[in-house]
Amino acid sequence: MSGKGNMNSTPMVIAQGVRKSFGRHEVLKGIDLEVNNGEVMCFLGPSGSGKSTFLRCVNRLETIDAGRIRVDGSLVGFKERNGRLYDLTEKELARQRSQIGMVFQRFNLFAHMTALENVMEAPRHVRRQPKREVLDRAQDALARVGLSGHEHKYPAQLSGGQQQRVAIARALAMDPKVMLFDEPTSALDPELVGEVLDVMRGLADSGMTMIVVTHEIEFAKEVGDELVFMDGGLVVEKGDPRQVLENPQQERTRRFLRATATV
Amino acid sequence: MTVASAPTVTARDEALDMSIKAVPVRHYGQWLTAVVVTVLLGAFVMALAQNENLDYSIVAANLFAGPILRGLVVTFQLTAVAMIGGVLIGVLLAVSKLSSNKVLSAIATGYVWFFRGVPLLVLILIFGNFSLLFDTLGIGIPFTDIMFVEVETNAVMTTFVAAAAALAIHEGAYMAEIVRGGILGVDHGQKEAAAALGMRPGLAMFRIVLPQALRMIIPPTGNQLILLLKSSSLVSVIAGGELMTAVHDIAAVNYRTIEMFFVASFWYLIIVSVLSIGQRFVERRAGRGYNR
Repeated sequence: MSGKGNMNSTPMVIAQGVRKSFGRHEVLKGIDLEVNNGEVMCFLGPSGSGKSTFLRCVNRLETIDAGRIRVDGSLVGFKERNGRLYDLTEKELARQRSQIGMVFQRFNLFAHMTALENVMEAPRHVRRQPKREVLDRAQDALARVGLSGHEHKYPAQLSGGQQQRVAIARALAMDPKVMLFDEPTSALDPELVGEVLDVMRGLADSGMTMIVVTHEIEFAKEVGDELVFMDGGLVVEKGDPRQVLENPQQERTRRFLRATATV
Repeated sequence: MTVASAPTVTARDEALDMSIKAVPVRHYGQWLTAVVVTVLLGAFVMALAQNENLDYSIVAANLFAGPILRGLVVTFQLTAVAMIGGVLIGVLLAVSKLSSNKVLSAIATGYVWFFRGVPLLVLILIFGNFSLLFDTLGIGIPFTDIMFVEVETNAVMTTFVAAAAALAIHEGAYMAEIVRGGILGVDHGQKEAAAALGMRPGLAMFRIVLPQALRMIIPPTGNQLILLLKSSSLVSVIAGGELMTAVHDIAAVNYRTIEMFFVASFWYLIIVSVLSIGQRFVERRAGRGYNR
């Protein structure tokens, strides 16, 4: 089973001509992409290719210099009135981000809160939902990632894999329209990678729209609906994961896949 | 004698032979210094004890005298008010300085620059003599004669208020730097995670960053509290009514200055010792979620 097949064709995330520089170094040189509702898009590429930066632009942890990103129809980071762009206020930006889930490479769980408190934090204090309801749903979310019984542990008492699953539950608790995964298994011990990928696979099966930056080629092949290979701030190749991985059209993609296969 | 030449030794005996009974390094230097220090200290204590210029009955008689105990209470009150004020000012300044609001950031920077630069003693003297600067205080519209509220400076600025204000304002400048250091010590990823969940910067600061910064803020704050308690003795220059003022007042009458300073030292030592123990408990509690 995978996320494949249960998508429809309304685009959830649209990127048009996205450019981004850090100082003089241009890390994104014009990215055009569409992620359909319910689709899982995986990003592959060498480090420094701009894939993580692009992901961080989707919920505006990074600002973009040119182009447009839309999530569920609304422009990320700006509002457009009479053909002019206006920066979103902190309040509007926060509201926009609350609808986009993100999972980080280093988990970034709130260290002073238990697993349960981590999951309850945003629904309670951002959405201001009633405590009873939030508690029930947080427990459900933790159960969904297989962590019932760990509710009252602090992040430092959990393994890396468990922490990352709490982080996924924390993002899910906000009912996001799309989930962004920034190398979610790169900081994990090899034996803990599987449990996190299983949770992500389940999420894909349930129809969640996902953008996943990863080095897990097998995951991309099995779960991904589309694979994007990036290098040097550009999309080198994209398409059906099996076709891109088994029959890459670009020399750069072939070179990358050869190098990773020999590891 | 080699192991191979002793075939009768069983594995168990061999394991016993492996247990370590090494002779520890002898710290002769340490012993020597201990002796020297003890002799010197002893000589100093004897010199104090046999000093004919000192009358210990006066120290004993004044240790629990009414004015001294009343002064102690004022010292506590001053320290508590100034510390609470200082922490509030410090947090406010630290958050302002780190905020994206350039005006707030500039105000905070200016405040810290100014009040860290002016000596506390001078600050206390200025606040204690505020009525020389402005004879009335009030709220009104700047550059007009319209005043909504107006009072005599001396009616509001009692020595206690002046002393507490000077201490709190001074303390705030130092706390600001401590709090700022604590905030900057929290992993940037925490702020990003909060932002990604839809928390606005202020909410993320107070719910996520500050509670974690606390762990780094508490130890130096303990030091500040101890320093502040002792600095409150400076308030005696405006007759602030705390312990040191009481000590001065009695010394002015009985001329036993050194004995009265001994009384002050005794109490400051006791309070600081108690505070140090308290500090250790609070530190342990703030480490929640880290040291398990």
